[in-house]
Formats: sequence, C-alpha cells, structure tokens
Amino acid sequence: MEEHVQNPYVPYPVRIDDITVATEDKSLKTFKFIFLNDGDEEKFSYNAGQFAELSVAGIGEIPIGIASSPVEKGFVKFTVFKAGVVTSHLHNMKVGDIMGLRGPLGNWYPWDLLEGKNILIVGGGFAFTTLRSSIVTMLNPENRSKFGNIDVVYGARTPGMLLYKDELIEWEKRDDINMHLTIDAPAEGWEYNVGFTPPVTEQKAPQGDDDTYAIVCGPPVMIKFTLPVLEKLGYAHDHIIMSLENRMKCGFGMCGRCGIGKELVCKDGPVFTLDQINQTPREY
Amino acid sequence: MKLVKIDKKQWVEGLNALRKSFRLLGPVKEDTYYSFKELKKGEQPDFSFLNTRLSPKSLLFPQSEAIVEYSLDSREEDHHVMKAIEADESPRAVLGIRPCDAKAVTLVNLNFDTPEYKDPYWVKTLATTTFIGLACDNPKSTCFCTSVGCGPYHEEGLDLLLADEGEKYLAKILTEKGQKFLEAAGWETVDEDTTLFDSKKEAAEDKITSTVATNNLKDQDLLDLHGAPFWEEVSFACLNCGTCTYTCPTCWCFDLQDEVHGNSGRRFKNWDSCMFPLFTLHTTGHNPRGTKLQRVRQRFMHKLKYFVDKYDQGIMCVGCGRCVNQCPVNIDIRRVCALMNDYKADERVCAVQE
Repeated sequence: MEEHVQNPYVPYPVRIDDITVATEDKSLKTFKFIFLNDGDEEKFSYNAGQFAELSVAGIGEIPIGIASSPVEKGFVKFTVFKAGVVTSHLHNMKVGDIMGLRGPLGNWYPWDLLEGKNILIVGGGFAFTTLRSSIVTMLNPENRSKFGNIDVVYGARTPGMLLYKDELIEWEKRDDINMHLTIDAPAEGWEYNVGFTPPVTEQKAPQGDDDTYAIVCGPPVMIKFTLPVLEKLGYAHDHIIMSLENRMKCGFGMCGRCGIGKELVCKDGPVFTLDQINQTPREY
Repeated sequence: MKLVKIDKKQWVEGLNALRKSFRLLGPVKEDTYYSFKELKKGEQPDFSFLNTRLSPKSLLFPQSEAIVEYSLDSREEDHHVMKAIEADESPRAVLGIRPCDAKAVTLVNLNFDTPEYKDPYWVKTLATTTFIGLACDNPKSTCFCTSVGCGPYHEEGLDLLLADEGEKYLAKILTEKGQKFLEAAGWETVDEDTTLFDSKKEAAEDKITSTVATNNLKDQDLLDLHGAPFWEEVSFACLNCGTCTYTCPTCWCFDLQDEVHGNSGRRFKNWDSCMFPLFTLHTTGHNPRGTKLQRVRQRFMHKLKYFVDKYDQGIMCVGCGRCVNQCPVNIDIRRVCALMNDYKADERVCAVQE
C-alpha cells in the first residue's frame, strides 16, 4: 500500500498544451497537459486504468480516466465528453490555460495478473480512454512479449465517432494485435465490421479460458448485452474485468458518495471483476 | 489510574491560566439549545447540558471549511494555481465533550486518517486538540451508548475525563495530553481514593436502560440485508431532510465546492448527506440512489453493515440518540438495528419461488 504524504486535495498545476476535437459531433475533446513544476510528472506516476480529477479553479473538479499511457512521457492526456458544468467549461478553455490535476486515483487493470495471458478488450462509444492507455502500454516493445494474443472489439455509431481513429487504423495494420472495429450501420468507405458491439464480439472474440481475460468498458446498454455473450464464450466472472463510474468528489475514499456497498468506486475501484461487482448492491 | 480533584472554586482561575497555552472550546447555550463554540475571553463553558443539538464533530470537521485558494487574476504570477490553506495548528482544548462524542471522533478518524491517504485538515486539527470529557451522570432516555461499545464514562478518544461531584470535579487522567492540561491549569490535588469515581461510573451505566443488539450484524449476508423487505416500511415516512446525518457525530460525508468573489476563489469542504438525491446524481441524469428507500437504506446499511464489515470495529454509531430525538418523523435507528440484526432471509422465501 502506497502512502501519499501530500495534501490530496491540492492539484498539481498543469498547462493545457494541446486540444483536439476527438469526434465528428465535437462532443469530445482530447486535452494534453504538461506539468508546470519539475518533479510533478514523476509524482503523478500511474498505471493504465487509473483516473484523475481535472481541477479548474473557480469551477470545480471532474473525475476522468487517463487516456495516455505510462509509456508516453512528458505529458498526460484525457478525452472529455462535454456533459456538465466542469466539462462544458473545459471545452471552452484554450491552449496555454492553467488548471490542476489531482491523482493518479483509484486502482488499475490488474497488470500483474494479466501478464502471460491473452487479452480481449471490448469497448463502446467514448469509453475507450483507459482502454487506449492499456493498448498503448501492451503494444510498447518492452511490454508486448509479456502478453499472449490481444484482441480488441471497439464499436461506435459512425466512423467519425470512434476515438483515436488514426491509431486504430495503425493498429489494424499490425500483426501483433487483432482489431475488430465496428460501426452501427454501413457507411461509405468503411471497410471493417458493421453491427453493434455485442454481436461482433460473439463472432470475432476468442473463446474464454483460464488464460484469457476480458476488459469491458462501454455504455450500460453495451455492457448489458456484452456480458451474456462473454459468458457464452466461456469467460468466467472473475475473468471479466470492468471499470465503474459513479459521482465522485474527493476521489480518494473519504467523501462517501461513490459507495457500492462497502466498496468505494474511487478507491477500491474503479476496476472490479464481474465476480466482485456481483457481490455488491450495484448502486452505480 | 490517577485522579485529580478540582475544587470548583478554582475552576475559573484554572481556565484563565489555561488560556495562556490553549484556545478553549466548550458548550454554550444558544436560545434553547447547546452547541460547542470557541470560548471568548472570560466566557465559561456551560456544563448544565445533557447533550448538544449538533455533535461537536464540527470542531474537527467544520460544516464548511476552506481548504484550497487561488487567484483568477491573470496579471498575477500564480493565477489559477491552487494552493492549500493550512489548518490552524495552535493548541486547543475542548471542554466538556461527552464520552459518546469523543468515541465518535475515533470512528470518524478511520475515514480521514488511512494508511494510503490522510486528510491533513482533520489529522492536524486532531493532533493539536486536547479532549476534556464530561461524564454523564444523568443520561437521556434515548441514550443507548452502553450497548454499542461506549458508555457514560467511556474513555476512548479522551485525554481527561471529568466527573461532576457537587463542589468538585474528579478528573481521571487518560493521556499525557491530559496530564499537561492539568498542569497548565494548576490543578494538582491528587485523590488517592477511586471508589467514589468507580461507583459513580457504575451508577451512571445502570441508568442507561435503552439498548440495541448488534451481535448478528457481522454474520448477516450483505446482499440479503440490502434486499430485505423492511426498507419499504422503514423509509416510508422519511422526508430526506438530512437532520439525522447533520446531527450525527459519526457521519462524515462531504462535498467539494468552489466559491469565487471577484478574482479570488476558494474551494470548500462542506458537509453533505446521503439523504439528498443530488449526493449521487450523475450528469447523465441517472441516479444510483434515486429513491428515498435507496437513500434511507444507504444510511443504515453504511452505519450498521458496511462499516462493520469494512473495519471490524463495531457499528458506526455511539448511541448518542440525537437522530432519534430530532427525526421529524420518528425514524429510530434502534428499531432499524433490531430489524437488521434479527433478519432471517430464508424465512422470507416468496411463495412463487417455492
């Protein structure tokens, strides 16, 4: 257990270094942050699957999964959906603006356990941020040999709604990762799968076994129809890994609101196995 | 055990001496209620109270506390950089805290002082505070401390425990902080005979007749209790007013909010309540605890099951009775505790399932 000696309420100051529109409907933007103070980047040492509180002075804070990978140095990246007070404000901020970052927070995908295993990643819509972090981490030349087969099923409504599209196309070309991109309905120039994520998972995903783990992130409706598919494919409940969301404030287990039974999504999660989730009251 | 006798004639003089090294806080009467306040020069604590309306948790965990500050003025060098507001670390003494409220501090401490993270505002304030307890010789009818690991002379969380004995206080020294407090006050008349103190303790404990049983809570299945049918009836009258959570000495949930005046702003830690729908409302409109039943269940499950399972330190309740006294619709944690403790899931099998 790592002890955090710093005041956990005080964010690291960061500068917005780059903002890119991430989807064709402009509802998502990717923010690249650079730490203002020497040494803060090292203190913000994270694992794929963790999140942070994006902190805007005078507005508030919002918990967002980290989209960059620990193997990418010099910056951290977050892709943010414009939804509420803080995220709407964030979408209007400019390159060069100063804000804060608190974290890294929460647990991460169980990388020690996943070593030597086949990995199936199932993602939908804009819940692909920590999945991107995970894929970039696993594909890093230093890490790739630590994993078996890597399969990725990622679906969005249209080609323009897929996050990190350039990277997805690059990964399509590689032979050390099996990409199964899909969109809801046929579109001009689209040469990959068509159909919702659950049926594409059923057709393309490898069978579950002791040495294969599934990491699933997506909107509730995708989760609802994907879990039975994974069960059918033979994935045990302790081999299905998910990342939960709940309303949060502190992010480190004290403010009390994100509880699902005795577990706190912010500190005991956000990553849980389906087996663990089944033992909670599912108040998320 | 070391007892010191404090002649009440020397009380004011001692307090005046203490003010040289401590900020003093204690119960004072406001309208018809008592509450804990910082005592002004010459002001004495009023020990004629049975219990304060709000618990003294606010002395360590204020209802609203500024924790971070910043400037929004782009002409300033550090604009938009958020900086900690340091907690006041000057020594303070809380006079007359009831043993239940002191024990509550030790329970809340489990949340704010953890192996991984420490709330610096709570931790620093706690470290600089000396707690002078006031034993309860005349408990209220709603007090049930003795059956929840506490009592009218309970010592956990205290540095010194005072028992009122007519013309004097008997002060039991519990920690080095308590010893130093007595020295600073100049109260040093040691009482070798502890029989009076012990018999007062026994008499006070005998006066607590209200009890709860908590023996089965740990072994109850969490999901069985969560799905129990009694929550409908328990929550039926609840107004979700939040009074129970605000008066409770062990409720610790809070919100973080920014407040800006002109170009300067501060971030506040404010008490929040699981009784409020906004507490868990997602930006999407989805609310995991959107109904009154879910919120009432959360409060009792947290205190009487989740906390029990997580910390193995008994229930998250010290039996002060405030929520019982102040609930506008008479929801009684003692009754809910009995329902949970006595619940037998297998006897409730639905006829359709059989």
